[in-house]
Amino acid sequence: MSATAAGSWLSPTAEPNTPVDRSGRRDTPQKWGNPFTYFVALLFIGVCVAPVLYIVVGGFRTNSQITTNPAALPHPWVAGNYAAVLRSTTFWGEFANSVIVALASTAGIVVLGLMVSFVIARYDFRLKGAMYSLFAAGLMFPMVIAITPLYIVIKDLGLIDNLLGVIVPQIAFGLPMTVIILVPFLRAIPNEIEEATAIDGASRLGFFFRMVIPLSLPGVVTVGILAFVGSWNNYVLPLYVLNAQANFTLPLGVQAFSSQYSTDTAKVLAFTSLAMLPALVVFSVFEKRIVGGLTGAVKG
Amino acid sequence: MSNPLGTDTATGRRSRGASPVGGAAPATAPATAPATPRAAVRRRGRGKTRLEIAVLSGPAIIMFLAFVVFPVALAAYYGFYRWHGYGAPTDWVGLNNYRLILTDHAFQQVLRHSFLIMVLSLLIQGPLAIALALLLNQRIRGRSLIRVLIFVPYVISEVVVGTGWSLMLQSNGALNDLLRSSGLGFLQADWLSNPKLAIWTLIGIVSWKYIGFAVILMLAGLQSIPDELFEAAQIDGASYWQIQRRITLPLLGPTIRIWAFLSIIGSLQLFDLVYIIWGPYVSGTAGTSTMAIYMVAQGRNAGNYGYGNAIAVVMFLISLVVALLYQRFVLRRDLQGAVTEGVS
Repeated sequence: MSATAAGSWLSPTAEPNTPVDRSGRRDTPQKWGNPFTYFVALLFIGVCVAPVLYIVVGGFRTNSQITTNPAALPHPWVAGNYAAVLRSTTFWGEFANSVIVALASTAGIVVLGLMVSFVIARYDFRLKGAMYSLFAAGLMFPMVIAITPLYIVIKDLGLIDNLLGVIVPQIAFGLPMTVIILVPFLRAIPNEIEEATAIDGASRLGFFFRMVIPLSLPGVVTVGILAFVGSWNNYVLPLYVLNAQANFTLPLGVQAFSSQYSTDTAKVLAFTSLAMLPALVVFSVFEKRIVGGLTGAVKG
Repeated sequence: MSNPLGTDTATGRRSRGASPVGGAAPATAPATAPATPRAAVRRRGRGKTRLEIAVLSGPAIIMFLAFVVFPVALAAYYGFYRWHGYGAPTDWVGLNNYRLILTDHAFQQVLRHSFLIMVLSLLIQGPLAIALALLLNQRIRGRSLIRVLIFVPYVISEVVVGTGWSLMLQSNGALNDLLRSSGLGFLQADWLSNPKLAIWTLIGIVSWKYIGFAVILMLAGLQSIPDELFEAAQIDGASYWQIQRRITLPLLGPTIRIWAFLSIIGSLQLFDLVYIIWGPYVSGTAGTSTMAIYMVAQGRNAGNYGYGNAIAVVMFLISLVVALLYQRFVLRRDLQGAVTEGVS
């Protein structure tokens, strides 16, 4: 989680002049280049993707296939495992919990993060530096370190076995990276735009709603995707907070399922593939938009 | 602003606007115009500005203090007690928990594991990621598809990675089967439970999971280096390797240093993968237990919450010291941008 967080803290500075316009300019007369490059690239992609493919493809096999020949392709392909998982209410219940938690956390992180980043980026006041440092230091507090006392705080608030007990701390822990990504972004909005809105008679809050939100949309998309994927994959916090299977999110569900059906490997693989799918799809769909958005961002 | 018509409409609107000083600015002085609205906003009242600051930043700060800072402080407080998690802690033991940590062989062992993972993550992922990024930075087709694919292991959750790998690495799992059928049967091993091997398996899985992140960072860093530098060097007759050594690597420095920082902090906190693949007990016998695993094993699983929290504090202090040293000696120049930018 913290790595995701801080990694993207670099992206606004590092990525603005990445593909889009460049590849357009460079590659118009498409050249194929060095075959060795493709060989190494394919090899590397193979290493990265093969284990994931093993999980996905394994879900199309039967248990006897897996036992007699663990590393082979399905023969014949069976859809029964996936169908069984897709029919199970457990899967859909956990899926719904994951969606609720991820959407609520993302919304909270984006809204609160945008508000506080706006203050840090565009207001002048004495505690501004301290405020920024407070959030920047937050990158050093991963959830694992504070998990026991966090659990106690959540318990005292009566939020154990409640999705809110996952959502609220996730928002708090998601704020540091949001602030670190959005502050430079908001600062890059030219002063002229703020002045123009002021001339139009808008207050600074009017500026915030009318100009900042639309102009910072690409940064918000980046932050939002990272928050969504981070929440979708979070394991430690749900592990502590959610006890009843009805409240499980998918990561807990995968673990519970794989210990409950430890003999039914094929179904475990199917369940696992379906659990990772949404995060993968969200990320792949938006990957270009993240980079493209940062490229097209307003520059000061 | 150079267009006189535009200036006119702008000032005209301003005088009609809510800004009290707007009307006073003469339309003949367009050069001062941009400064006026700011002054107007400032003069509109400090109280209002303060209220805005409070309303906009209040919720985030309260959340952050309540759910991040307060629990961390609480961990430090519980670390001074012998406490089993029921009711308020009453058995004050001072620094006893910390004295215990210093002599705890199990802790020293997990500390060694964590440092081994940290060092090897840097040594394995760093050079490999730089090499791959250099290679993938060339003009090749399907670059964006490649980017998405090498990010796959990083985007999927630790639970999925753990579940998948533990199935593949079982002694009768896919990897051993693959080795047997491809004539490399002598390489078959008990990847997960052999205590001599398990830590290396873990390091392999960690490298697999996180190297995509390093490659993407390096690629982004490479693409922010202006093409003109390479072109100039080429014109001067520099060879490919000279260009990489003299231009690319130095300019990639900040990216490499920040990646290393993130990798160090991440390795010291490693928890999910180990917990999912081995669990808190087996990881102890398989020799893959990390500081965070030991903390949870002591706290939640064995009920020694006071001791568990003391371990959390030690973990935090180790991360803090490493981070501060790293910032002081390595990152100083790079972070200056990130930190002072926020303050200026």
